[in-house]
Amino acid sequence: MSVLVGKNTRLLVQGMGKHGTFHAIGCRDYGTRVVGGITPGKGGTKIEGFPIFDSVAEAVDKTGANVTVIFVPPPGAADAIMEAADAGIPLIVCITEGVPTLDMVKAKEFLAGKESRLIGPNCPGIISPGEKCKVGIMPGHIHKGGAVGVVSRSGTLTYEAVGQLTALGIGQSTCIGIGGDPIIGTNHTDALELFNKDRATRAIVMIGEIGGNAEEEAAAYVKKHVKKPVVGFIAGQTAPPGRRMGHAGAIIAGGKGTADEKMKAMRAAGIHVVKSPADLGAAVAKLLKK
Amino acid sequence: MKIHEYQGKAVLANHGVPVPHGKVAYTVAEAVEAGKEMGFPVVVKAQIHAGGRGKAGGVKLARTAEDCENIAKSLLGATLRTHQTGPEGRVVRRLLIEQGVDLAGAREMYLAIVIDRVSGAPVFMASAEGGMDIEEVAATNPEAILKEVIDPAVGFQPFQARKLAFGLGIPSASVPRSAAFMQMLYRAFEATDASLLEINPFLLMRDGNVLALDAKITFDDNALYRHPDLKELRDLDEEDPLEVEASKFSLNYIKLEGGNVGCMVNGAGLAMATMDIIKLAGGSPANFLDVGGGANAEQIRNAFRILLADPEVKAVLINIFGGILRCDVLAEGVIAAVRDLNVQIPVVIRMKGNNEERGKEMLRQSGLNFITADEMGDAARKVVAAAGGGTPRKSAGDAPAEKPRAKAGATSSKKKKVAK
Repeated sequence: MSVLVGKNTRLLVQGMGKHGTFHAIGCRDYGTRVVGGITPGKGGTKIEGFPIFDSVAEAVDKTGANVTVIFVPPPGAADAIMEAADAGIPLIVCITEGVPTLDMVKAKEFLAGKESRLIGPNCPGIISPGEKCKVGIMPGHIHKGGAVGVVSRSGTLTYEAVGQLTALGIGQSTCIGIGGDPIIGTNHTDALELFNKDRATRAIVMIGEIGGNAEEEAAAYVKKHVKKPVVGFIAGQTAPPGRRMGHAGAIIAGGKGTADEKMKAMRAAGIHVVKSPADLGAAVAKLLKK
Repeated sequence: MKIHEYQGKAVLANHGVPVPHGKVAYTVAEAVEAGKEMGFPVVVKAQIHAGGRGKAGGVKLARTAEDCENIAKSLLGATLRTHQTGPEGRVVRRLLIEQGVDLAGAREMYLAIVIDRVSGAPVFMASAEGGMDIEEVAATNPEAILKEVIDPAVGFQPFQARKLAFGLGIPSASVPRSAAFMQMLYRAFEATDASLLEINPFLLMRDGNVLALDAKITFDDNALYRHPDLKELRDLDEEDPLEVEASKFSLNYIKLEGGNVGCMVNGAGLAMATMDIIKLAGGSPANFLDVGGGANAEQIRNAFRILLADPEVKAVLINIFGGILRCDVLAEGVIAAVRDLNVQIPVVIRMKGNNEERGKEMLRQSGLNFITADEMGDAARKVVAAAGGGTPRKSAGDAPAEKPRAKAGATSSKKKKVAK
C-alpha cells in the first residue's frame, strides 16, 4: 500500500554529519530499517549504532541496501548522487539544499540510462506511513497510513496538507517531496504515474508552485491517464514576477510559470484545484465520499 | 545574483568574447574623463539591474565632452523606470561610458543561454530579431527563436553553433566568427556557473565582425561559493536594504509593494501559501519571509526586527508548521522578541506540530496580547481584521472584492498603497 519505499526498504544514509545522523536516528525511530551510513574515511566505525562504510558500493555489498538518503553538503551532493547510482541503488533521495544547478545538470546526465531513480534535491524526502517507512526529514507523527498519495515541491506546505488530511482521519499511502529546485530527479508527472499505478492509492494531492511548467505537464498526464480523483494547489498566487520566492525554482520568468496558468491547466485536466491551502484536506474528503 | 552590464562585459572579455571598449564612471567628472580617453562619440549607458533601459532614456549618445557632461549629470542620481523596474524605478549610481559603435548596415540579433528545466540542460537560444523587444518576439512569434539543447557531457559543439549561425541567416563569410563567438559565450556561461547569459543585441557589423553590444549575466547563487571573484561583483545598492539585512541572518525576505500584513513562515512553499491565503481573506501581504526549517529564538528576533522596519506593516502573522522545530521553543522566541523589541502592532500566531499545546499555553501566560489561531484560514482572517484592512470573509473563496477593499483602505486614516 505504498510506492517507492515500504517494508522492504533497506536504507543507507550518505553524509553522517550532525544533520545526517540526527535524521538517521529519526528514520530509525519511525520504523525504517536503516542499514548503515557513509562517511569516506570513517569506514569500519559506528555512529549511534549505525555501521559506517567508506563507499556506497561497499555498503551495498555488505548490507543489501536498496535506498539511500543524501545529507552531503552542496559541494559534494552531486558526487554523492552519482556514487549511489554507480553502486546501482534503485532509489536515491537527496535532501541537500543549495546544490549548484550545473552540478545537477551533470548528475542528471549521469543518471540517464541507469536504473536509479532520483528524488530531490532540496526536498523533505518520502514517507509511507502505513508501512512505517520514512526516508527524509519530515515529522513522522503527523502522518497516518491510508490511501491518499501526496506529491509536492515544498516541505512545510506538504506537512500542512498532510496535517489537514490526518486531522480529518484520512491516511496517506505515500508522500513524496520532489523538491523546489529547477532541476530535479522525479517530477510531478513521474510521481502521478506511480500513484496512478498503485492500487492502494485511491486519491492524489498535488501541490505545485510558481515557476517552470512541470504542473502543466502533469495536468496533461492527468487528463490522459488518471481516473483517480486529484486535488491540486499552486503556491505563489500573489508572488511578484521576476523574484525568486525562496526555492531556486520558484520564479515567474518572462511572464511564464504563473500560478494562474498552472491552475487553469490543472482545472482543464479535471483536477479539483483549491485556491486556499486551508481547503486541501476538506477537498480530498469531499471527493473520497463521492 | 545579478550583475551590471559593464561587469558582465568584463567577464565575457575574460573569455575572449569581443565587446566594445568601455569604462565605468561613478561621477560626472569620471564620465567626461572616460569619454575623452575613448574619443567621442561615446555612448553613455545607465547601469541598473533591469532591462529596457534604452526605451526609458537610460542610453544616450554623447558627441562631445559637453554632451557627455550633460548626459552624465542628468542620469547620475536620477530614477529610471523601465518595464522591469516596476513603478518605483531604480536610482542610477553608475554609468558605462562606451566607445560608439557604427551601427550603419549592422544587423542586430539575439543570443541567450538559459537552463531549461524540461530537458534538464542548458539551451542556447538565438533569434534574428534582436534589439529591444525579445520578450515580445517570445510572446508573439516563438518559432522565430532557434534553440539548441546542450549535452552537458560534451558541451556546446561547433556544429550546433554553425546551425544557429546559418539559421540566423548570417552570411557564410561571417559564420565561423559568429560560431566561435557563441562557443566563447558558452564557455563563459559554464565557467561562471551562470543561470542566464543574454546578448541583446548581438551585433554583426558591416565589415563582418561580431560584437556583444549588451550583456546580461545572472549567476547561480548556489554556486557562488566556488567563485569568490564573482561574489565581489554584488551591488548592494541594487537590492532592497531590508532584504540585504535579512540575508545576513539566513532569512529569506522579499518585500511586496502595497501590503500591510507582515508574515513570518517556515519553508518557502508555506510562506507563499500564507501570502496567498492573506489575499484570499481580503488583505494584502507585505512580504515573503521564510525563516527556514530550524528557526531559533535569535532568528525569530531578527525576523521581527526586519518585519517591523517596514512602516507599512500594521499586523503580523506568524505561521509555523513545526516538524522538527518545537512549538514551545518558537513561543519562547516570539515572547522574548515581542518584549525586547516592544512590538506594538497585533501579532497573530498559528503554530502546529511538536509541543503545540505547551507553546500555546506559554503565549497565554505571557501576559502579552497575542491572537492565536488553529488553522491557516482562521489565522488569515484574524490578521487581516487586525491590520484594519478589509472585511474578513467567512470563507476563503474567490477574492473579487480585492480592489474595492484596497480602495477602502486608502480612504481610511491608514496610509496604504493600492495593491497592484
